[in-house]
Amino acid sequence: MTCTEFLQKLDEMLDPAIAGPLRAELQQHLHCCEHCEITLNTTRKTIEIYRKHELYELPDDLRERLHQAILAKCRACGK
Amino acid sequence: MSSSIQSQGTAEVHPDVLLVEQARRGDMDAFEKLVRQYERQVFRIAQHIVQNREDAEDVVQDAFLKAYEKLDQFQGNSKFYTWLVRIAVNEALMRLRKRRTGRMVSIDEDVETEEGSMPRDLADWGPDPEALYGQSEMAEILRKTIQGLPPGFRVVFVLRDVEGLSTEETAESLGLSIPAVKSRLLRARLQLRERLARYFRKGSRGKAQDGVK
Ligand SMILES: [Zn+2]
Repeated sequence: MTCTEFLQKLDEMLDPAIAGPLRAELQQHLHCCEHCEITLNTTRKTIEIYRKHELYELPDDLRERLHQAILAKCRACGK
Repeated sequence: MSSSIQSQGTAEVHPDVLLVEQARRGDMDAFEKLVRQYERQVFRIAQHIVQNREDAEDVVQDAFLKAYEKLDQFQGNSKFYTWLVRIAVNEALMRLRKRRTGRMVSIDEDVETEEGSMPRDLADWGPDPEALYGQSEMAEILRKTIQGLPPGFRVVFVLRDVEGLSTEETAESLGLSIPAVKSRLLRARLQLRERLARYFRKGSRGKAQDGVK
């Protein structure tokens, strides 16, 4: 397996549900390729960090205002 | 009536299906529950696309209004949430287009770039890159970094990796094929990784501090 082929399967590698021969083949590439191992680990970390940090929080007061505005618009549309 | 739906198939009926049914018949409380359930996510997605709060607020309002008006067109073969996200993404792209007058904004914009298709920065990151930065500094780094992606990559990453939609749901929400979602997701992840590397690679703290400002 080449690095390019490994990258094409990165999504499968990041998905713990993917098992079997494909995973074994990917693992094997990792054993002998430090670059792909770093790419895999830092990509996984990238996703983790983005998932963990809420970048655009909706404060409660804004949420309430927005919520009421949505409902008012829907009521007014006459459906 | 819920029993008749349930007896039809082996698949479990999503609770939203019932709420949509009720809302269609004019039950505003049912629709309000749907709004309550998804307003936060829709706001986040909208803000990731339009990148400013005022426009995101408008997008959320318009998306729910449109969903309410088109409730009869909701088929029920996709999740309500996926359907709603599709409406919201379209509204957000339209808003972005309006703001940058004269410039087309579509989900296909700038996706031909080769950037990030092959990893370049191959230095490993420190064991706990997050410990290098305070909460707000970190948020700033993450915002700046993701804002640099073309919209067509950004939105795929946000739906799939941040909001946790499946590849299929992401494809459906964006009107893209599954291979297109997969290839954009890979490129988005690699580009973000590449751009974050300068903040997170081993011994990067001093250099990165200049970069944040
Ligand atoms: Zn490799």
